[in-house]
Amino acid sequence: MSATNNVAQARKLVEQLRIEAGVQRVKVSKASSELMSYCEQHARNDPLLVGVPASENPFKDKKPCVIL
Amino acid sequence: MATDGLHENETLATLKSEAESLKGKLEEERAKLHDVELHQVAERVEALGQFVMKTRRTLKGHGNKVLCMDWCKDKRRIVSSSQDGKVIVWDSFTTNKEHAVTMPCTWVMACAYAPSGCAIACGGLDNKCSVYPLTFDKNESMAAKKKSVAMHTNYLSACSFTNSDMQILTASGDGTCALWDVESGQLLQSFHGHGADVLCLDLAPSETGNTFVSGGCDKKSMVWDMRSGQCVQAFETHESDVNSVRYYPSGDAFASGSDDATVCF
Repeated sequence: MSATNNVAQARKLVEQLRIEAGVQRVKVSKASSELMSYCEQHARNDPLLVGVPASENPFKDKKPCVIL
Repeated sequence: MATDGLHENETLATLKSEAESLKGKLEEERAKLHDVELHQVAERVEALGQFVMKTRRTLKGHGNKVLCMDWCKDKRRIVSSSQDGKVIVWDSFTTNKEHAVTMPCTWVMACAYAPSGCAIACGGLDNKCSVYPLTFDKNESMAAKKKSVAMHTNYLSACSFTNSDMQILTASGDGTCALWDVESGQLLQSFHGHGADVLCLDLAPSETGNTFVSGGCDKKSMVWDMRSGQCVQAFETHESDVNSVRYYPSGDAFASGSDDATVCF
């Protein structure tokens, strides 16, 4: 019985590997340059790179109210 | 009987050798395409300047380790869950607690905000993922409206709503991920392939398709097709548990963080 389990598992593994072997792949150089250009294109929308203007920052410190 | 046994052994041996040769072929293919390193392509890019971070708010209220959090799409509310069994919804602008629910278990390892902002999902050692509609009606207790959606046979490690409030994707210590219909609690698709606990998952950015990536204690990161349940690609480059995975915003890449002290991209 354990033999049939092993066979079933092995069969699944082979099927899975066949699928993965069939996946279309791209060269690292191409993938890298695509990722980099995506990064550069979106850089101006990235608050971690560009910063958040104080007027638009909902979390900026509020000055305490002074009662005159 | 004896011949059956022999036949099975033969098949097992041929399958194993086919598996080995396929693995070898995959490695060859990957090596062929590995013509350059990312940092070489990026050589001429200016390094980022000093990154200044400032703590703007501290949300106090959990009694023990905070295990998970998620932002609401309104960019204001946050849901967080803790080892103490509590799940809290915060208004991050005011630091007020808007909702709190005590789970029937400790170690609430996963929580997520629904895209509509009207519900949260959470779970942990209870082996379930439950959805709580958020109500401001003081007469209604959140716990009363609880809906158990996902049932696993081990702890819930991660959960995420898909594009709508109607479906939830879960990852579990039972080694599987699963896609559930919230309304009926029905299992829509299960994802088998990890050899150990699944610790994390991340959905692909919605524009790019129906996949998600998961990471597990088997050191693997796996990319799945949500519709077929098929593992599309597996990555085994870490030397220890993969604790966290995140898609790159373009959907073309993902990063993984591991107990081996590295982040892979």
